[in-house]
Amino acid sequence: MLDPVILLPAAINGLTMGAVYALVALGLTLIYGVLHIINFAHGSLLMVGLYGAFFLHRFGVDPYLALLVMVPALFALGYVLQWSVIGRASHGSDQNVLLVTLGASIVIENLALYFFSADTQTIDTPYAIAMVDIGVALVSLPRLIALGASLALAAILWLLIARTDLGRAIRAVAKERQGARLMGIDVDHIFAMSFGIGTACLGAAACLLLPMFYVSPHIGHVFVLVAFTVVVLGGMGSFSGALIGGLLIGVTESLCGLLLGESLGQIGIFLIFIATLLFRPSGLFGSRLS
Amino acid sequence: MTKKSNRLSRRHVLAGAAAGAAVSSFGFPAVLRAQAASIKVGILHPVTGPLSYSGTQSRVGAQMAIEEINAAGGIKSMGGAKIEALLADAQSRPDVGAAEVEKLNEAGVAAIIGPYASGIALATTQAAARHGIPHIVDVAVVDQVVTRGLTNTFRFGPGLKKTVDTAIENLIKINDGAGKPARTVMIVHEESAFGSGMATTLNSELPKHGFEILETIKHANPTRDFSNIALRVQARKPDLLIPANYYNEYVLFARALQQQRIVPKAIYSILGGGASSYKFVKEFPQAASYVMDCNHWFDPRKAAALVLKEKTEKRDLFYTYEVFMNYSCVYLLADALERAGRADRAAIIAALASSTFDKHVMPYGPTRFVNGQNEGAQPVTTQVLDKDIKVIYPLAFASGNAVYPMPERRG
Repeated sequence: MLDPVILLPAAINGLTMGAVYALVALGLTLIYGVLHIINFAHGSLLMVGLYGAFFLHRFGVDPYLALLVMVPALFALGYVLQWSVIGRASHGSDQNVLLVTLGASIVIENLALYFFSADTQTIDTPYAIAMVDIGVALVSLPRLIALGASLALAAILWLLIARTDLGRAIRAVAKERQGARLMGIDVDHIFAMSFGIGTACLGAAACLLLPMFYVSPHIGHVFVLVAFTVVVLGGMGSFSGALIGGLLIGVTESLCGLLLGESLGQIGIFLIFIATLLFRPSGLFGSRLS
Repeated sequence: MTKKSNRLSRRHVLAGAAAGAAVSSFGFPAVLRAQAASIKVGILHPVTGPLSYSGTQSRVGAQMAIEEINAAGGIKSMGGAKIEALLADAQSRPDVGAAEVEKLNEAGVAAIIGPYASGIALATTQAAARHGIPHIVDVAVVDQVVTRGLTNTFRFGPGLKKTVDTAIENLIKINDGAGKPARTVMIVHEESAFGSGMATTLNSELPKHGFEILETIKHANPTRDFSNIALRVQARKPDLLIPANYYNEYVLFARALQQQRIVPKAIYSILGGGASSYKFVKEFPQAASYVMDCNHWFDPRKAAALVLKEKTEKRDLFYTYEVFMNYSCVYLLADALERAGRADRAAIIAALASSTFDKHVMPYGPTRFVNGQNEGAQPVTTQVLDKDIKVIYPLAFASGNAVYPMPERRG
């Protein structure tokens, strides 16, 4: 029962939703792709960011203005979490990291349940339902902002990794941890910085997501699986890959929903996931940062 | 020797204490009689996991009733025995719900109240039946909950068929009353047993009453984006839009409709996630305006229902149907305990089976269980009017007049 008239608007909707996925995946690709930390707490940290922006909104701070607070705050949280908990508890073993981040996510979620209850929270802003006419379709303003922000964030991260000393240090640690240490790089600090930057991306994602979505202690689950798919599709550690991957996943989900039925829209995402693992395990933009 | 003497001394102390207690009990028999054994009742809901909000609300409703009953002197026919709530968490999973029933059985509960969701109820009622535990089902609308011949199961609220039948009946009255402006329908439902069952029934029943179903759209839980569904609704232009989904998806869908400026003649939910929610009305007054819902609702004419509303809101909670349904279920059990006169499971089952309890806050008649279903239960149709939720049908319980077709909504 597909109406061809809505095909293009649906693809554009998918594109803007994909931008949201890209936003969540950008931080993950840094942590997961570059440092090989399988961060199961990624979704929980997104939830922390969303609650942060939500409570700031209660004090009258617009979610987009909250970026100024939430990005540094989440960076600090990520840094401290990696420095004091994940790094220490993992004893240098990548396998331990997996369990530690899983444990951290359970603790964070349950703390959120305890303090914020299981209630779903939403905010209403004057622009929440604003639409922009782009000729072929009406597009939600917060989604357009998210699309622009994901492009900007991907560019900033790329610049940071490619053009700064910190980026060089991160790449060095990612490539050869021991060698980097011998060259005088404080590996623990770089790990914490990378984790902090990845988490800061979630702070940005949270502020951009809040005007169009809801918050609950379990909200991380809604996005984190898709974010992992995006990272695998785009190529681990590739920011442009995460961006393109996110957009591609968004469009695929949207069009599959339209063609196969809305409840089956997510099949496309996971078919892509499996196909990527089978035929191009390094992802579309496969080479790691070097 | 010294050691032995010490041990003897301790024994003396203990013996003395025991003797003292015995003597004092003879001395104050009235005081001891007042301390009747408490009656353990399992309050089983999904307070963690995806259904945790509803589960928590349900638990609060039950606890408020228990506090009231205990403060008023407990179960009088049992010497003022207090109800002791054993709180259990089904974690939004049927298997965990069944395991919790086993634990509650070990703890010696006299009855179980819960567990909100249909899927969990199917498991918990069956587990409770194995031990002969009376199980009052609060919400869990799927009809199989009471059609499996379990004599321990008593559902206080209406089932799915009754709800859908009433919803259609009320819809026809509303539509006929306005000169039949609506003829075409679109259904948007979530994919679990609740939404799918509803869609199947509506697809078979609505055409019998002259409605044409243009399209039925099923969506996953969670669905992150309703823009495409809104686009399809916009392309089809149905007179009536019938959503059947949980709160989170309902909110996203309602906002997508508002964004695309879609205004059908009515948005008529059945057991809708948001349309009978004070939270939704408060947070999205424009998106909620004029939305109708056929759902569990309190009787706005009953003072007790309004007192409970006030008490709930004082706790900074929304007065959702989970609260007043569970509140009423506890009173239903208390009434059965009063009549049974003992915390014996079989006696409670017999008392529930013959219940005519009518001191609830619902727009129901006296309770009357037939094969475990309360035949006195019925849903009502509500509409969001003037930023409040009003009952519009049946007229006997109405607190507002239906506004139909829906006017243009601002925002």
